[in-house]
Amino acid sequence: MRMPKPRGGLSEWVINRLASTGEGSLGPAPVADSWADEVISLWTLHELSYRGFEDASDHAEWDPEVLVVRHSLELVLEERLRSRWEHPGTDPDAADVPASLEALVDADDGPSLADHVRRQADLEQVLELLRQRSIYHLKESDPSAWVVPRLPVRAKAALMALQYDEYGDGDPNRLHAHLFARGLEDVGLRSEYGAYVDDALPETLEMNNAASMFGLHRRLRGAAMGHLAAFEMTSSLPSRKIVQGLGRLGLDGPMAAYYDEHVEADAIHEHLAARDICGTLAQDEPDQAAQILFGAFTCLDLEGRFARAMFSAWEQPS
Amino acid sequence: MSGGKRADDFDHPDVVIYPDGPMLVRGATSIRDEDGTVHPVVRPVVALCRCDKSSRLPWCDGTHKVIPRQ
Repeated sequence: MRMPKPRGGLSEWVINRLASTGEGSLGPAPVADSWADEVISLWTLHELSYRGFEDASDHAEWDPEVLVVRHSLELVLEERLRSRWEHPGTDPDAADVPASLEALVDADDGPSLADHVRRQADLEQVLELLRQRSIYHLKESDPSAWVVPRLPVRAKAALMALQYDEYGDGDPNRLHAHLFARGLEDVGLRSEYGAYVDDALPETLEMNNAASMFGLHRRLRGAAMGHLAAFEMTSSLPSRKIVQGLGRLGLDGPMAAYYDEHVEADAIHEHLAARDICGTLAQDEPDQAAQILFGAFTCLDLEGRFARAMFSAWEQPS
Repeated sequence: MSGGKRADDFDHPDVVIYPDGPMLVRGATSIRDEDGTVHPVVRPVVALCRCDKSSRLPWCDGTHKVIPRQ
């Protein structure tokens, strides 16, 4: 993958810096021109820790000048995410974490893209949704994988059980990101990693940046696992609706198979995530209980913001 | 090991029933449903429907969440 197009002065600085790491300083990074400029900058910096870019230096990931910018953008992002979350006041009891996760999910009243796909989205809307989703689904589960070494025994074993399934149970043909790539080809879209980054809404990039930041920081391990739990707990039923919507549009090949896999897989994963990962993590490290709920809230909140942005672009009532 | 957990200190049953949810079964290679059909298992853990309303019995598909609890 090549680096994305800049969306302002900061992302232009980042792209130039990553291309020329080791060739002398560019001077201090400018302030972001806009939220769009900010989120594409952080997305680009995080990508260095995944697959990287063919036109960026391999040394850029740990370059001090680059890390300074990444750190400052992450502070801004974390502050923005925390400001949207209402801390429960007292730390939740560890034993209540699975029930609190369920309550958060039940209380979520964000607009449903899956309902729209099932009932009335047209083909172009579905393709646009898949292009946006491709930013995450082509690296599906990768941010959670970073958390494995940071967990106590029970949560670690449970996360590995979940991740093993996400990564195809040892069969590369069943690896979820690969199933999604096959699905993209099936519906006539590009399947290369990062193909649609230049089309990604800021809301899409913010979702991805939050997951990457939670995964990359040991301090945020509770938020990472809460985010994972909320994601899995809101996947099975919506995936079934998307299968129905794809079928309505005559798309019943590999993309439908990708979502079909998630109906069954995530009906398992949601229990592993809520109880065996988050529940035991909160028991073993009680100070993580509130962080787990913060991560779960953030997942639901960012999905809601993304859905509203999509509906707004389609001029649909949300 | 001093004061640490022993290898057998963790409960790790092969079958776990989740409240208002499915039954998770670990390590199965095939499941026979009530009609006698045998379903191969390709995952290390599967979720079996307990509400009987799943659209893909014997597997759970999350439907229990949208039906009234009994």
